[in-house]
Amino acid sequence: MRTVTLTIDSAEVTVPKGTSLLQAAEGLGIEVPHYCYHPGLTAPAQCRICLVEVEGAPKLQPSCVTMAEDGQVVRTDSDAALRMRKGVLEFYLVNHPLDCPICDMSGECMLQDYVFDEGREKGRSREPKRVFGRDDFGGDVLYYGDRCVMCTRCVRFMDEVARDSRLTVVERGSRAVIDTFFEEGLEGSPFAGNVVDICPVGALVSKDFLHKARAWDLDHTPSVCTSCSQGCNIELHTRDNLVQRLKPRANHEVNGHWMCDYGRANYEWYNRAGRLEEPSSGRGGKRRGGDWKSALEHLFVRLVELAGTEVRVVGSPSASVEALGALLALAEAAGGAASGVFRSRRAESEDPMPGFPLLVRRRDLAANVDGARLLGFERVGDDEAAGGLEEVAAHDGIVVVLGDELADQSADFGGEAALYVYMGHFDSPAAGNADFVLPITTAAEEEGTFVNAQGRVQRYWQGLQPLGAARPAWLVLGALAGALMGGGTPASAAKAFAALAAAHAPLEGLSHEALGELGVALAAEAAHG
Amino acid sequence: MAYPYLHESETRVLSEGFGSPEARTVAGWRALGGYQGIARALEIGREATIEEVKASGLRGRGGAGFPTGLKWSFMPKEARRPHYLLCNADESEPGTFKDREIIRWTPHQLIEGCLVGSYAIGASHCYIYLRGEFFESTQVLARALEEAYGEGLVGSDVMGSGVEIDITLHVGAGAYICGEETGLMSSLEGRRGEPRIKPPFPAAVGAFGMPSTINNVETLAATPHILRHGGEWYRQWGTEKSPGTKLFCVSGHVRRPGNYELPLGFPMMELIEDVCGGLSGGRALKAVIPGGSSVPIMSAEECMECDLCYEGVEAAGSMLGCASVIVMDETTDIVKQVRRMAYFYAHESCGQCTPCREGTAWATRILQRIEDGRGTEDDLETLVEISEQMTGTTICVLSDSLAMPIISSIEKFRDDYLALIRTGERLGAA
Repeated sequence: MRTVTLTIDSAEVTVPKGTSLLQAAEGLGIEVPHYCYHPGLTAPAQCRICLVEVEGAPKLQPSCVTMAEDGQVVRTDSDAALRMRKGVLEFYLVNHPLDCPICDMSGECMLQDYVFDEGREKGRSREPKRVFGRDDFGGDVLYYGDRCVMCTRCVRFMDEVARDSRLTVVERGSRAVIDTFFEEGLEGSPFAGNVVDICPVGALVSKDFLHKARAWDLDHTPSVCTSCSQGCNIELHTRDNLVQRLKPRANHEVNGHWMCDYGRANYEWYNRAGRLEEPSSGRGGKRRGGDWKSALEHLFVRLVELAGTEVRVVGSPSASVEALGALLALAEAAGGAASGVFRSRRAESEDPMPGFPLLVRRRDLAANVDGARLLGFERVGDDEAAGGLEEVAAHDGIVVVLGDELADQSADFGGEAALYVYMGHFDSPAAGNADFVLPITTAAEEEGTFVNAQGRVQRYWQGLQPLGAARPAWLVLGALAGALMGGGTPASAAKAFAALAAAHAPLEGLSHEALGELGVALAAEAAHG
Repeated sequence: MAYPYLHESETRVLSEGFGSPEARTVAGWRALGGYQGIARALEIGREATIEEVKASGLRGRGGAGFPTGLKWSFMPKEARRPHYLLCNADESEPGTFKDREIIRWTPHQLIEGCLVGSYAIGASHCYIYLRGEFFESTQVLARALEEAYGEGLVGSDVMGSGVEIDITLHVGAGAYICGEETGLMSSLEGRRGEPRIKPPFPAAVGAFGMPSTINNVETLAATPHILRHGGEWYRQWGTEKSPGTKLFCVSGHVRRPGNYELPLGFPMMELIEDVCGGLSGGRALKAVIPGGSSVPIMSAEECMECDLCYEGVEAAGSMLGCASVIVMDETTDIVKQVRRMAYFYAHESCGQCTPCREGTAWATRILQRIEDGRGTEDDLETLVEISEQMTGTTICVLSDSLAMPIISSIEKFRDDYLALIRTGERLGAA
């Protein structure tokens, strides 16, 4: 790769040829203010706030489209550049309503940030402001034209990435405003929600999130979307121990800067009421709540008593690699079976993102379908995740169900079983028939890993406190397997993963640390093992 | 029908056929020596054609004055991809009405110019982008083009040479910004008429992503004459740096406004006093905008010694632009004129770049407030500062074009502003 070496604000930097000055500065930790430039889109160089001084150039140059050249001397903070930015920021505020107190973007707004950093203390405009009002763009998107900085990121996203041109600039000059072409607007466009993320100000906001939380009250936790097997890298934005919204997190191997609206909207289940909150035991009307200590002690005794009995396990494609691995380890320790089944919902078709074809809303509507397969689980049932459990339901040995809600199963599920253990989030008639009902955490409440459809192992982190006494499945299962085998309980998800990696060839050499925030792709043959 | 207001000082090269309906036909244009320029170009070849235009020193007549031959030489030598010649007939600079006259009186002059230009840059397709409001001109040109096609002057075999040059007329929707060269390309391609960032320059990535050259109507119209008579011939008029003749569009407070073709370097006061018959009503001169509304306003004193050539007007503190001379006498309310111009630019700003989108509209509102008698002296400082913030900070020069009259008017006619602000009096208002 050819490189060029240049000087930016007295620091020398070497970058690949074809790098813009803005990106080169970013590499040095220097943020050049920008609105119209977005790393996932083309740059029209129209916001005029990223202008920098380049020695020898007659006027300031837009750093987003000016390519780095050998020997260039660039100043992002020269008097001329700062004066110009101050001027441009003043222009931005001429018609901006300054309604930060009621704007959802407040606190993470690039206009607010730049004005506080470099703007004038007081604007000089005394003229009445132009008023557009609010426009429903359809889908989850509301448009406040008065806050708009006309960067056209949203228009370009729909044109270039979604390739579904539904937005445009109408009128011109200071009357210019973003609008939809047709009455339905963004309704039904599967990726339109991204325009809210890329809007640098509060012009495009989410109806779902409208006035729900202030940006500074939200905690951000890196995670992986659980809505399909693409495994888009996301952030959980949480407050009051509830997920308030999901936002995409950049990963160029998986989802770029984007995520689909299906995944984005599918978070309320994390906050759903009626969760299993404490371990309980006893069949039928004799079920009693209790604590983990007694539940696990009793369960351990039963497993020892039934040593050698055939074990059937039902996993879940939404459970972590660690949990599924621990489930198999327990089955092996108890009775020797080292395989299981899972059921998963499948969509009729997939939905690729035309301008970023790596990102596909997959047919498998669960995060870890490929992880389950990798560990030897076999998919049963239909595309609605129903049926296929006849043998398990009537099994007379040990039955362990992890994560599957069993919503389609009858109340006598596992009625013949010598021991029936249910681990999940929600109660159901079939779950209620278990000898032991153990509450486990959701992906938002635990750490773990998923394997996506590309065979990429990706970590997610804990963003919420577990509800009630729910515990991660890897911990519960790991403790039982450890006790049966005479080993210890894994102390962390990372340790659980390490043990699994040591035992399963495809994961060999991997660790949570090595996976980092962006994950690691398994060798192709391993992933489809 | 004769063309109104001819003057003996005029040197009629481009305007020779003005006023004569015969010149609108192929035969009529041939009688004036037409289609000899392209014939010679085809004879001497592409390179020599460019050299001839270079030798003439012809400068772009659209306003920037860039040497035409040099511009043509920027095009790739080998046509690996389609090349396009774009003729800018979106004449919309306030005060300018020369291209319209060339098209409606001598459409074949433009067609021949397009052939010469297309041939020189290796383009087999030329688009003439016409201003939406040019209804009559478009009809005349369309009729002439049809005839030229019929005579084999345009099309797959230009004058039997085997060279292919097609010409397409494209009528815009009347936006000023589509006269900016990259804005014109965007509009031609069917997009919003928004200028594009340069580089890449049109000669590398132009219309439809292909190497393109864009020339003004008057520039192209001059090239057949240059080819026919030679570059040196063209230099008999004008100055060293501004050779040739130029159409001057004179409007405002003169007795005989109109188009006058004069050698470049013609004294401004002679144009006003002699050619145009002096100021109407015998009033005194107050100000002149010499090159269309986008250039600095000149005070009467600055006009006295000014010669109308690129370097001459620059020396007098303004720019020749497209030589649209707007004459204002002592009854002119400068603040009102500048406010009206500001309104035009705010209305025509495409709205891409922030300084232009917000700055032109803001300046208009301040000027309106001053005109309404609610201004303050601080407003003048603010106006100058925001004008400076609008200069050199945008993709195209639309906002610079407003900044210039604002800054120059405040500098040169500060008393007019102060009188309005302090006493509500309109200096000069008739």
